[in-house]
Amino acid sequence: MERFSGIFLVAGLAFFLFAFVAMGAIPYVHFVDLPIKTAEDLAPAVLEDFADLERRWPEAFAAAFPGGATVQSCAAALREGRDVYIAEGCWHCHSQYVRPVSNEDARWGRISAPAEYHNELQLPQLFGTRRVGPDLTRQARVHSNDWHAAHFYNPRSVSPTSVMPPFPWLFEDRGKGPEPNRKGLSTIAYVQWLGSWIPLEERNDFAR
Amino acid sequence: MSQDVPAAAARPLVIRGLVAAHFAAAVASLVVSVTGGFLFSLLFVQRYPFEGVELLSPGRVRMVHTNLIAFGFLFNGFLGALYWALPRVTGRPVLDARLGWLIFWVWQGVLLAVFLGILAGHAQAVEWGETPVWIDPAVVLGAVLLMVQFLPCVARSGEKALYVTAWYVTAGLIWTGLTYIMGNYLPQFFVPGASGAAITGLYIHDLVGLFVTPMGWGLMYYFVPTILKKPVFSHGLSLIGFWGLAFFYPLNGVHHFLYSPIPMYAQYGAVVSTVAVEVVVTTVIVNFFMTLRGRGDMLRTSLPIRWFFTGMVFYFITCLQCAYQVTLTAQKIVHFTDWVVGHSHLVMFGVFSFWVLGMIEHLWPRLAGREWHAPAWNAWCYWLSTIGMSAMFVTLVAAGLLQGFLWKELAPWEASVVSSMPFWLARTLSGVMIVLGIFLFGLNMLLTAFAPAPRTEARPALAAARE
Repeated sequence: MERFSGIFLVAGLAFFLFAFVAMGAIPYVHFVDLPIKTAEDLAPAVLEDFADLERRWPEAFAAAFPGGATVQSCAAALREGRDVYIAEGCWHCHSQYVRPVSNEDARWGRISAPAEYHNELQLPQLFGTRRVGPDLTRQARVHSNDWHAAHFYNPRSVSPTSVMPPFPWLFEDRGKGPEPNRKGLSTIAYVQWLGSWIPLEERNDFAR
Repeated sequence: MSQDVPAAAARPLVIRGLVAAHFAAAVASLVVSVTGGFLFSLLFVQRYPFEGVELLSPGRVRMVHTNLIAFGFLFNGFLGALYWALPRVTGRPVLDARLGWLIFWVWQGVLLAVFLGILAGHAQAVEWGETPVWIDPAVVLGAVLLMVQFLPCVARSGEKALYVTAWYVTAGLIWTGLTYIMGNYLPQFFVPGASGAAITGLYIHDLVGLFVTPMGWGLMYYFVPTILKKPVFSHGLSLIGFWGLAFFYPLNGVHHFLYSPIPMYAQYGAVVSTVAVEVVVTTVIVNFFMTLRGRGDMLRTSLPIRWFFTGMVFYFITCLQCAYQVTLTAQKIVHFTDWVVGHSHLVMFGVFSFWVLGMIEHLWPRLAGREWHAPAWNAWCYWLSTIGMSAMFVTLVAAGLLQGFLWKELAPWEASVVSSMPFWLARTLSGVMIVLGIFLFGLNMLLTAFAPAPRTEARPALAAARE
């Protein structure tokens, strides 16, 4: 085994494959029969909040989603909001799972289950590994759309001690002050989607 | 362990230009990376200077920081050191110099694309693999070319028993390619949610354990005995270390997502094998300190040995910490907190970057054909980095405990942010020390390479290096 071929085959390939099977492939087998939900499957749970965005900023919304708030446009918004969440590195300061320890269910709500994550928007998964800001997986309707718009434009306007950066490029001024643009509307829809699939009483306000 | 070039080989054993080019690219990346880290840390004291500038959004700068330390500094640094060490260990040159330059430019192109791509908002949601999806094929190509370039060195060496450096490099090169393909393609396109997280976990940790660690250990097993001019303490111990790493390290990854929806047996397995790795790591630590035994004076006279020694002390601390923090009990408190950030900085900067800096410290004068322009600056870099790193580690670990307990006690979220701010300020200040040290080091490399003084080929130090 001290020869080149031994090291190449045993250490390099065999041990790596063993670990991949044990730690990656076998856990995957559990979920093989579970259908991967598409954004269209997920959109109905958050459609009402998406339509609320249209009522609040009709012109900005019409410019961004000319067809109005439908399941299709909502699904497109969820995908785009997810892309913003990834591009801005939101997932480096916010996690997306509730652990069964350290009173996390009291703070955030229902403990996370695998099936919740088996969908297109978790491809790649966005569990996160650090919480500078709160966990977001039970965020739906904890705050209003207005609050989220103010918060994305300038987090410290609603949360003075926050260290979250502002995202003014998610907004544009159409003559009535900054209003969320397509990216901004999508991002708000995405955050309102997080946890929208479980009952409201099982989503806790983290400030409580 | 240096060997004579076989008479048949007409071309030079070591391609010095490639070593120098990779080292220069490495330190240039390091300068950008630490600057990015410093900028990002300002966000936490509410003093981020480019607030509202989309291309310099702190979340993006953070990803540049972590990706450049891995793919910019460590990757280039290891490659440079490999071009120097591997042909000497095996007595055979690498496959081809032109291939070397091709890999070099492909790799710097990848780095530029990663830098610009992340700042433009094309990051991929794989931690430590935020390299945009469209550049991933080039990275895979680079990894394959590396195998083509370096493995013939080992395969043709014709020795009955290979030196341990060659084992680590052989396995490490295969692992690097496999790890990158697994982590950047499966969770992105095929495996969602919890099962995808298991694979992402494997990727995060395999990048440390199966690329950074084998390269770092392998090169240390070359440079430490070479500089000390004595054999390594125990080849048998290094053998246990190698097979232990090869078996246990790939099993570790899921420990990044403990108490998550990933099946619990995978989490238990990850915890057990992580503790096993800490035992394996002990072999390397014992081997280093026992090799150093009797040559403690080198800590005063040789800056490379001092970098190696300090890195090894940090390695001991960080591995001890890891064996503790990976337990499910400790995870209740420390997961998601700055404790982990402190841990990762100590491993990536305090250990492996220190070792690579020691190697560059040792080789740069030999490559430039001159002594260091200002040796004192390098000593400053060492002390600033050592004190800055220690301060940052203590600060972040303490902040992590505070955050973890405040969360568990259900204190308002803002309380954990406000109470962390003094720690975050201290973190920024310790980061300033590191940044200053690295800037001095980079400047010193530049001035050494391009100083007006004539080259003096016949210096004793250089002659010794070519033994």
